[in-house]
Amino acid sequence: MPDFLLFALVGGLGVALIAGPLGAFVVWRRMAYFGDTLAHSALLGVAMGVLFDLNVNLAVVSCCLLLALILVSLQRQHLVATDTLLGIMAHSSLSLGLVAIALLDDVRVDLMDYLFGDLLAISPTDLYWIYGGGCIVLLLIWRLWNSLLAITINEELAQVEGVPVARVRLTLMLLIGVVIAIAMKVVGILLITSLLIIPAASARRLANSPEQMAIIASLLGMVAVVLGLYASYQFDTPAGPSVVVAALIQFLLLYSLPFRRTV
Amino acid sequence: MSLVDVNNLSIIYGENSVVSNVSMQLKRGEITTLIGPNGAGKTTLIKAILGLITPSAGQVIRSDSLQIGYMPQKLHIDPTFPLTVERFLKTAAFSSIQDRLQALEAVGAEKLLKQSVHSLSGGETQRVMLARSLLRKPDLLVLDEPAQGVDVNGQIELYNLIAQIRDRYGCAVLMISHDLHLVMAATDQVVCLNHHICCSGHPAQVSNDPSYIELFGIPGAENLAFYSHHHNHQHDRRGEIINAKTDISEIPGENHSSHCGGDH
Repeated sequence: MPDFLLFALVGGLGVALIAGPLGAFVVWRRMAYFGDTLAHSALLGVAMGVLFDLNVNLAVVSCCLLLALILVSLQRQHLVATDTLLGIMAHSSLSLGLVAIALLDDVRVDLMDYLFGDLLAISPTDLYWIYGGGCIVLLLIWRLWNSLLAITINEELAQVEGVPVARVRLTLMLLIGVVIAIAMKVVGILLITSLLIIPAASARRLANSPEQMAIIASLLGMVAVVLGLYASYQFDTPAGPSVVVAALIQFLLLYSLPFRRTV
Repeated sequence: MSLVDVNNLSIIYGENSVVSNVSMQLKRGEITTLIGPNGAGKTTLIKAILGLITPSAGQVIRSDSLQIGYMPQKLHIDPTFPLTVERFLKTAAFSSIQDRLQALEAVGAEKLLKQSVHSLSGGETQRVMLARSLLRKPDLLVLDEPAQGVDVNGQIELYNLIAQIRDRYGCAVLMISHDLHLVMAATDQVVCLNHHICCSGHPAQVSNDPSYIELFGIPGAENLAFYSHHHNHQHDRRGEIINAKTDISEIPGENHSSHCGGDH
C-alpha cells in the first residue's frame, strides 16, 4: 500500500472514531446546523492562518472555538432565533473566509481541498493532530459522559441534580469545534457534518442504549472510511465525498432492512 | 423546622412582576399544592425554589444538604436517543438493580423496566419520572403538573400515589395542579397564586358531594374533597386586583392572607 493511502486510512479511521460519540450528541441535541456553522467558519481560520503565518491547524481550531463562544454568548441575548443566528454566522464566516483568501494574492490556496477535503494529502503531522486532539476529545467525553447524557435528557432536571449545565454544554460545543477543525482535512468544510450525523443516525437503528449508539456510530464511520477510500483508489473518485457516499449507503441499507427497533 | 423558607420572594422580568412578595414554608411530611390560573407564575415560583431562577427580591432558604427530587412538566427526549426505563433511572443517582426495581414498584411501574421511554403513555411517563426522583432519596419532591396528559382516573391514582409516597418516605411535596377538586383530599396546604398569594391554608374535609361520586365512582370519590374556595377580591386578565371586598374570614381553616401583596 502506498504511504499516502496508509496515512489517509489511519487519519480517516481516527476521525471517524472521534466523530462517533460526538455525532450521537449532535443528533440527539439537534445540533446539525450548529456543526455546519462551525465548519463554515473553518475557512476563515485557514485564511487567518495563512495571513498571520500561523500553523493552519491551530488557526482553524482557534477560529472554530472562538465562533462557538460567540454563538453561545449571542444565543443568550435572544436577539434573533437561534437558527437565524446560525444561518447568519455560517454564511458570513464562509464568505469572509472566501474574501480573505482572495485578498491573499501572494499565496495560492486550493479552495477545493478545503471545501471537499484532501484525504490523500494527509501528512504525518496531520496524524499527530488527529490522534492527539482525538485523545483529548475522547477523554473529556468519557469523563463527562453522565453529565452530557443528563443535559441531553433535560437541562433543568440536570441543574437541580447538581450538574453544572452551562459548563457541560459549553464543553460539548467546544469539543464539536475541535472535531470539526480536525475532520476538515478528511472530508472538507462542506461535508464535515455528514461524517458526524450519518453514522450516528445509522447507528440509531442498531442501538439499544446511548453507549451502544456512540460506539456503533464510530464503527460504522470507520467502515465508511475504509469503503470510501477503497472506492476512491479503485475508481479514482474524490476521497472525501466517496467516504460520505459510503456512509449514505450504510444508512439507506440499515433503514431499509425490515426489522423493528425495540428501544 | 421547615425544609424550605420562602421569604418575600419577587421575580420581575422587565416590567412584568411574575411573582410578587410570596412567602411560604415547606415542611417535612406535608403536601403543598400550588393552584392558580395559567400564567400566574406557578412554574416560575417553583423554579425559584429549585434554584433555577435567581429571585429579583426576597430569598429562598433551603435547609442544609436538602435533596430535591424534581419532576419537570414535560420530558422531551428526542426519539433518536435510545433509552430504556432502566437506563433512564440510572441517570438519577448511583443505584443498585434492587433500588431501581423498588422505586418502580413504589409507583406501580415495575413492568416497565426494560421498555423504551419512547413507548410509554402519559401516565407511565409520569410514574417513571416519579420513580426516578425517588432514587435520589429526596427530602423534597417538586412536581410541576404531575397529572398532565393523564386521564381522570389515572390522575386520581397518581395523586393517591403521591400521598402514599409522602407517607412512605416522609418527604415534603410541592406540586402544581390545575385539578383543584382532585388534589384537595391529599393536600395539607393549598396556596392559591396569581402572581401574589391570594390565599393559603388547609383544605376543608372530604365532601360527599354526590355529583363527584357519580362522576368518578366510589374509589375515586373517597379521595375527593370539596374545597370551599372563595376569594375576597377579583382579578382582571393581568392578575391585577379589582373589586376587593372586605369580609375575609368566612372560610374556616383558611388563612387569608398575611402574605398577600394585594391591596384588600
